Formats: sequence, C-alpha cells, structure tokens
Amino acid sequence: MNTKTLMYILKRIALAILTVWVVITVTFFVTRAVPGGPFMSEKAISKEAQAALEAKYGLDKPVMEQYFTYLKDVVTKLDFGPSLKLRGRMVMDVIADGMKTSVKLGLIAAFLALALGIVLGSVAALRRNTLLDKGIMVVATAFVSMPSFIMGTLLLLLFAVHWPIFPANGSTAEGLVLPIITLSLYPMAYITRLTRSSMLDVLGQDYIRTARAKGVAPLKIIFGHALKNSLIPVITYFGPMLAYIVTGSLVVEQIFAVPGIGRAFVSSITNRDYPLIMGTTIVLACLIVIMNLVSDILYKVVDPRITLE
Amino acid sequence: MKKKIFSMHVDVDDFIPATEEEKAYMVQMRPSTTFFKDGMKRLMKNKIAATSMFLIIIITLSSILIPFFWPYKYDKMLGNTPGKPMDSSYNNLAPFQYGETEQKRIANGEKVFPHIFGTDAQGRDYFIRVVYGTRISLAVGFFASIIVLIIGLTVGSISGYIGGKVDIIIMRIVDIIYSLPDTLMVILLASVMKVSLGALLEGTILEKLGTNMVSLFLVFGLLYWVSMARLIRGQILSLREQEYVLAAQATGAKAGWIIRKHLLPNCISVVIISTALQIPSAIFTESYLSFLGLGVNAPMPSLGSLASDALNGINSYAYRLIIPAVVISLIVLSLNLFGDGLRDAFDPKLKN
Repeated sequence: MNTKTLMYILKRIALAILTVWVVITVTFFVTRAVPGGPFMSEKAISKEAQAALEAKYGLDKPVMEQYFTYLKDVVTKLDFGPSLKLRGRMVMDVIADGMKTSVKLGLIAAFLALALGIVLGSVAALRRNTLLDKGIMVVATAFVSMPSFIMGTLLLLLFAVHWPIFPANGSTAEGLVLPIITLSLYPMAYITRLTRSSMLDVLGQDYIRTARAKGVAPLKIIFGHALKNSLIPVITYFGPMLAYIVTGSLVVEQIFAVPGIGRAFVSSITNRDYPLIMGTTIVLACLIVIMNLVSDILYKVVDPRITLE
Repeated sequence: MKKKIFSMHVDVDDFIPATEEEKAYMVQMRPSTTFFKDGMKRLMKNKIAATSMFLIIIITLSSILIPFFWPYKYDKMLGNTPGKPMDSSYNNLAPFQYGETEQKRIANGEKVFPHIFGTDAQGRDYFIRVVYGTRISLAVGFFASIIVLIIGLTVGSISGYIGGKVDIIIMRIVDIIYSLPDTLMVILLASVMKVSLGALLEGTILEKLGTNMVSLFLVFGLLYWVSMARLIRGQILSLREQEYVLAAQATGAKAGWIIRKHLLPNCISVVIISTALQIPSAIFTESYLSFLGLGVNAPMPSLGSLASDALNGINSYAYRLIIPAVVISLIVLSLNLFGDGLRDAFDPKLKN
C-alpha cells in the first residue's frame, strides 16, 4: 500500500466521522425543533408536572448545553437516554434487543442475495443471449422495480394467506423465512445485473483469450480467471445493499410483525418517542456509514488500477 | 497558364457557371436532422423504451382525465347521504356489486355506473381512489424531480464554473449530504416536519397540499439534489475549457450569461436523462413513506397509502392490495426502462 492509498483511506475515514457527527447534530436539532417539545402530544397535564418531566429529561436546560451533553453521552457511553413512552427502558436496551433479531435477518438476507445473485449473474453472462439469460434478466429487472413493501405484502399474501406454508407472524424461526426472502430479492436482482455486466466485460478481456488459447479448461477460466475480477464491482454494492436492507427492514418487520429494530423505529415514529427516534436513526445511520466506508476502502485496495481522487 | 503565387491574377475558370452534374452534388438528399430528432428516432427504434413511453403517457393521461368524467369522487363515502343514517351496504363491496339504494334504482330500470374495483371499508369507490392515487404518486415524482433539478442545476453550475474555494466548500457539503443515509434522514425529517410544519403553513396555499406533502418536497429539496449537482459540475468543468467559452469571455460575456447560454444547453441531454431517472426513485420514496404513514394526508390517497390500508383486510380483499401494487410496479418499471432508453438514445458518449 503506497502513501496515496493511505491518504485516501485517512480522508475517507475523516469524512465518515464528519458524517456521523452531522447525523447526530441534525437528528438532535431536528427533533428539538418540534413545537412545544416532545411532551406536546400528551394529554393536558399540569404546569408542575410538565416542568417536573422536563427537568427529569433535562429539557429545561439551554439547548446548546443539552446538545453537548447528548453528544458526549452518545460518543463516550453509547447512551441515548431513557425512552419516553416505554416506561423505565433505556433507548440503548430497546435497540440492542431489536438488533438481535434484525442482525440475523439482515445477515442471512445479505448472504442469500450475494450467493444467488453472483451465481445467477454469472450463469446469465456465460449463457449470453439464450432464453435462460433473457429469463433471468427479465425477472431481475422486474424485482428491481418493486418496492420492498409491495414485495413483502405480495409474498405474505401468496405464502402465508393463500397457501399457508409459512406463518404470517415473524416472531418464530419459520416466520423469518418470508421476511428474509423479501429483503434479499431486491439486492439479489441488483447483484445479478451487476455480475452479469461485469462478467461480460471481463470475458471480453485479452487475458481470458490468452488463457483460452493456451488451452486452459473452461471451468478453470471461469473460476480461476474471470469470476474473481468480475466480482470487484459487487464490492461497491456492499454499502448500498446494507442501506437497502436496513431501510427495507423497517417496512418488512412491520408487515411480518418481526420484533426487530425496524419495527421499534416505526412505532417510535407513530408514538413520537423522540429519544428512541434519535437513537435508532443514529445507530442505523452509523451502520450504513461504516459499511460504505468499508466497501469503498476494500474496492480501492482490491483493484489498484482505480484512480484515487 | 502558370500562376504566380503573389500576383493578383484571378483564375477565370472559377467564374464559369456550374454544370448540371456539378449542381447535383450540392442538392440535399434529405433534410439535415437536429440532435433532438436524431435522438427521438433512435428512441423510437428501441421497442422496449417506446412501449414504456407509450405506457407512461397512457397512465398519466388517464390519471389526469378520468376523474373529470367519473361519476364518483375519491373521498365520497357512498353510503353517507346527509340527513340519513349511514348505509353500511356500501362498505367493502366486491367488484361490480352495488349498494342497496343502487340496487333499487337498478330494479326501477335506472342505469347505475358500476364500481369496477368495488368499494373500500368506508364505502368509497375504489377505482377512482386508485386513479387518484396514481395521479398523486406521479405528481409527487414529477415535482420532486423538478425541485431536485432546479437546485442541482444551480448549485452544480455555480460550483463548476466559479471553481476555486467556492467549489471546494460546495463539494465538501455535497460529499457529506451524499454520504448521509438518505432514507433514514427522510423518515426522520418527514416524521418531525409533519408535526412542526402545521402551524407554519396555516392560512397559506400550501396548507391544502397537507403537511406531509410539503415536508416530502422539502426533504427532496434538501437531500436529493446532490447527485444532480455533482453530475452538472462535472459536465460544466469539462465544457468550461472549450474554445467557445473563451471566445464568449473575450467578447465580455458575464458568468451568468455563459452558464445559461453556452454551458447548460450543452449538458441538457445529461440533465434530461438523470431527471427522467429521478422520477421513479421519487415515486419509490413517496410510496415507501406513505406506507409508513408519513406520506400524503388522508383522505387523499397515494398508491403507497392504498397498499398500506389494504394490508388490514388482506385475508378477504387481497385484490385491493394487488391493484395498487401492480400499478406502482408498472409505473416504476416503465419509467426505469424509458430512462434507460433515453440514455441510450441521447447520450452520444455511450453510443457504441
């Protein structure tokens, strides 16, 4: 690794840290901008009770002081304060609880999408312009155009209501099958398209022709020479894929009643539980920013030909 | 006769009238095509893109025109006549069924316009709700893209043309906004603005649109312009070095004039293509937010909120979910394919 790459990585990390700070700041001030404060939606309460509540949550102090306390707590202790609506629970506990299910869901979906997407994309590229290729591409294009909530509800309709193969409730292990499929279909379709085009690109390269001319076995060309290089663009999709899975899980967990972080987030919005909204936004945003960072750096490290800006 | 190079001698042969044969060379075989015509021709040759365009035009026109002559209104609860108790026979009608009073009218020989998709749980004609929802979704997609276009165009061209410190500062801001997780920020902003905008909007024209709609547009204006700005900046940066810009500068043209008259027209195809591709993603986002209850305000329907409402009755009224789902997928798919076709037809750099 030369100094230029190192500089790029340092610059990229600095940008990521800056982004996380912007997320925390924006989240803080945007939620503080709600008129009347977070307790406005409550039923009419006496002035004293209101003051007591605000004192308890530190809302009586000046905004800047609240901001710096919040920032310090988040950065040093990962402490997002107590939840407003879930009595006696800390925001971080709610998030950690939700994460247990959501991480499982997301990881399996991502793995499924990668494995199937790469296989389907390579098959389509190797059988270029055949019926198989066209079929795969049509299905992939259709899936890319379908919002996750449509995909989820249609799967629910087909495989839980019409043919009750899987339970509609996602709180059990079998119940997670449909949410996982829903979440993986879009990234799978995307990776299929990505792999196909980059595989076609690689197969046209000179070194593949050289390998063929030398008489290397076709399978060895595909796995030893072509596949490795055609997967480089897929690395760039890691970040966006995670972002898609995170945001997709918001609705998918809602549809299938999966007890994950996505559902906690959505219900915190309807309940106007501001500390929980802030906490989940920040945690999920950090996840996405970190994943983007990792995939960007990996991309540059794996392919040294890429020019660094 | 030998001609001296520096003499003023004129070759008389140059002045002989052209023969018919020579004239034939000068005849235009076919009218010269403009860039636009050329692109359109290529677009029409692309069957997938042409079909998608046709589909989009049909969907758009019908979503605009049908509400004008359709006998039902999107927010009219049919069982609800003033001064009479609620007639629940109108709720949850299956397609092509009629409510009680309507059946009496049919028995009397009157003609009653059918409820093609039936009615919803509150007795509203579902067909017109889908049509109206399509209209709203398309309008949101279109206007959001226009907002993105205007902001991106302005910032991108200023940043690209002026360069220097201004460019560096703008591009750092763009970098940060670009790396923000957009959907999460959209949800956060939409969920908060929904509450805080209400008082601000009271009494203005925007109030009719609803707070959710306004916050949606605001969010698009705040977050989604960055990729457009980047694109335009890149274009302007390369165009800025062209000779005709130097010529314009030499004759004393001002920066605004050069940007408007010379630079922007030259990146117009890139702008149109990315705006066209922005529309489906805006529709996507709107339907996503509507599904989470952060989209348009009730009783106004959008395709996302229709799908979300249908989720409650999914066991008995599955078609109510399938109809908006199909419409939204069709719109997004055809817009995407059309955008791809536009890119192939109008972006000469990608031509093979």
